[in-house]
Amino acid sequence: MLNIPAIRWGKPYDSLEKEDVVHFSTGEPIAQLSQVGGGILKRDMKKAQSARDALLEFSPEEILDKMATAGKLYLEADLPIGDGSQTPEAFVHAQSASTGLPEHMCRANMQKNAFVMQNMTQILDSLTRGLDLNILARGYGKEPARDVMLSYQAQSPVLGAVLPSNSPGVHTLWLPAVALQLGLVLKPGGKEPWTPYRIFSAMVEAGLPAEAFSLYPGAGGDVGSALLSSVDRAMVFGGQQTIDQYAGNPKVQPHGPGFSKILLGDDVVDDWPQYLDLMVQSVFANSGRSCINASGIWASRHTKEIAQAIAEKIGPTEIKDPTDDEAALAAFTMPGMAPAVWNMIESDLAEDGVTDYTAPYGDRLVQMERCDYLKPMVIHAESPEKQVASKEYMFPFVSVVECPQDQMIKKMGYSLICTAITGDDKFARELVNATHIDRLNIGPIPTHKVDWLQPHEGNIIEFLFRSRAYQSAPVQVAAT
Amino acid sequence: MASETLTPEVEAAVKAAKDRLDAHTYEIVQWHFHESTGCPFWLEKKKEFNFDPLTEVKCYDDLKKFPLFEDEWLRGGPVRRWVPAQYQDKPIYVFETGGTTGIPKSRIAIDDFRTDYSNFSETLPDEYFPKGANWLMLGPSGPRRLRLAVEHLAQVRGGICFCIDLDPRWVIKLIKKGQMDQLEAYKQHCIDQAITVLTAGHDVKCMFGTPKLIESLCLGLEEKGTSLAEAGITGIFSGGTEFTPQWTRYCIEELFGGGPEESGIYMTPTYGNTLMGLACSKPVTPEDNYKISYYAPQPRAVTEVVSFDDPNELVAFGETGRVKLTTLTKEFFVPGFLERDEGEREMPYMKYPWDGVSGVRPFHGFASSTTVGVY
Repeated sequence: MLNIPAIRWGKPYDSLEKEDVVHFSTGEPIAQLSQVGGGILKRDMKKAQSARDALLEFSPEEILDKMATAGKLYLEADLPIGDGSQTPEAFVHAQSASTGLPEHMCRANMQKNAFVMQNMTQILDSLTRGLDLNILARGYGKEPARDVMLSYQAQSPVLGAVLPSNSPGVHTLWLPAVALQLGLVLKPGGKEPWTPYRIFSAMVEAGLPAEAFSLYPGAGGDVGSALLSSVDRAMVFGGQQTIDQYAGNPKVQPHGPGFSKILLGDDVVDDWPQYLDLMVQSVFANSGRSCINASGIWASRHTKEIAQAIAEKIGPTEIKDPTDDEAALAAFTMPGMAPAVWNMIESDLAEDGVTDYTAPYGDRLVQMERCDYLKPMVIHAESPEKQVASKEYMFPFVSVVECPQDQMIKKMGYSLICTAITGDDKFARELVNATHIDRLNIGPIPTHKVDWLQPHEGNIIEFLFRSRAYQSAPVQVAAT
Repeated sequence: MASETLTPEVEAAVKAAKDRLDAHTYEIVQWHFHESTGCPFWLEKKKEFNFDPLTEVKCYDDLKKFPLFEDEWLRGGPVRRWVPAQYQDKPIYVFETGGTTGIPKSRIAIDDFRTDYSNFSETLPDEYFPKGANWLMLGPSGPRRLRLAVEHLAQVRGGICFCIDLDPRWVIKLIKKGQMDQLEAYKQHCIDQAITVLTAGHDVKCMFGTPKLIESLCLGLEEKGTSLAEAGITGIFSGGTEFTPQWTRYCIEELFGGGPEESGIYMTPTYGNTLMGLACSKPVTPEDNYKISYYAPQPRAVTEVVSFDDPNELVAFGETGRVKLTTLTKEFFVPGFLERDEGEREMPYMKYPWDGVSGVRPFHGFASSTTVGVY
């Protein structure tokens, strides 16, 4: 069994307190993960500048090269973890075993993370709008085409992140920090320490300085809170409560439910069968776990037919062993979570005008000895006022909502991703102007299709750097 | 198992301690259930029992005849029903615990808290807790026993105690509301008070602190470019389920800068509560991976580690069980109270020739619903 220590600025720290990382269905321990307290983290943060200094020893180009190498190693190499090592397959197996995510989805997420590391040059070129990265490294510099001084100030020497256990794809969000020469302070998820540790190993093997990285597994209420209060720029992943808690805190970027949606414009809605596969995939990909999965499909008509058609496609999905390439559903590994979600859904279903189109496909809640499953659900809501129209859950779950087009933008609420399938320029313009939509797709683009050359859930450059004025004039210094 | 591993000397001490406990139990039960000395609560309760405590409780094991002590009995008044007849005219204190889940649990006290801490004082090494030194009490204040108890400890050792304001009930409310920034601000407010005392020339050398506050104090002092040692602290006693081996190691190695010989700071863990008094710890060493084993102040209080299924059955040494507490003083009688903690049963040893408990942590049956780490 692997013994995985905390990492304090690159150095392993074997805690006297350890938690077992266990197989979600057998309960068998897979690894022992050191648990540290918030005090250790807080104290270590006094040396945060050293992490950035270590990365600034390299040029941005060198770092990007090393990151590309790290991406390849992450994908292909046997990498050290704790007192052992992991092949890519062992990594996939362990991740699936502790999170309940089918193995083929773990592989897909691995590709996603590797892609980002391997293509960081283009991603940053896009996110910075072509800025010379040396300007970020030095803090100032002249824009080559014009004689204009630019200055950007890093808002923190490190980026912190309180990581989730549910979807290994979200790690793509913090990866650019290293390329921007900011150290990383991570609290790995208790069930999914695998990705951050493997990325750390890959980066160090690729030649990046170990002292730029810290990983502090431990209790969220203690080490997670300590991280968020002692790092000047941090991400946190959680539910709506977490989002609300950190809303308006400039130091914390909270990531939670996406409430991502597909809107069918009045001009195309009669052709809805043409977009059925797009809708199904947007709901169903990655077992519906991501914030970029669609949780709402809004249209002014044909909504019952749409709900029926989607339900026919995903309603019959069966639970399969996570090693099966056909497995499409992830387990709920936290005891009591699936029944609690089911209770909330049952309460929404009790409302008039709300219909479960997946009811004919058998019980949705499947409780097992050590884990539970929720099978896909397609719910029809005859108006946006129904409670279910604004819900999102961590499994394939979608509300098909009947709503006149001219009320959609007003009533749909926040959307991380909004795919509006329409050729109506006026509607598209109104969507562009809507401030509660983050990523906007106009046309038949699945919600989960990510363009890495676009900002993801906010532009990380804007989060980590502040644009400022910088002026300099020569100074005469007396000879000594 | 005990007889296989204990030396003959320890075995003899264990037997002597057991004899003392049996005699003490008899005396205390006689006191609490005799009409001339007992308190209204127990005299009333006696009517519900199918046995007579006065004639049928002759030794400690006979306490199993009592039903488990229910903490609900301590919630609400009249609190005077707990005062033994012969103490009705004494000055009475009331100490509270809980209070975030409704009406707090109350216990009356007259001198017990002083006795507990006078006894505890005897266990402190004078080298690190110099007689006459002043103290800082960095822990929960208000209606809790701790403030007065630590103050007495300072006084009994010839010192004067400085205290800070800390209301743990407000802390729990902030945690439950998720107002972590407010929690941080309140903690900082408490630490500021402590730093003010420590840097005001009061010659404070000893302190009580909860683990989280000691940690914050050390970090706060570091922020100001100083340290606990530079502030003059040489002896600390701390306590609670947050006092884990890992925290102790971190604290000693990193916050203090080494063990007592190196840093000049000696820290002793304790486990205590309003009902029991104060259990002392076996010396904590790096060689033993900072393992913390507590021993109750027998015969005034007894802790047992009992089966999760049967609270009358002790688990084997080294096994895990629930902590069961029995308090046996003339002021207060608590037979068989199941604590909110679990741990491992530890062997007696020469200094404390009775059962100990290590690895104390919140009972796993409560862990998900209990707000831990209040202060």
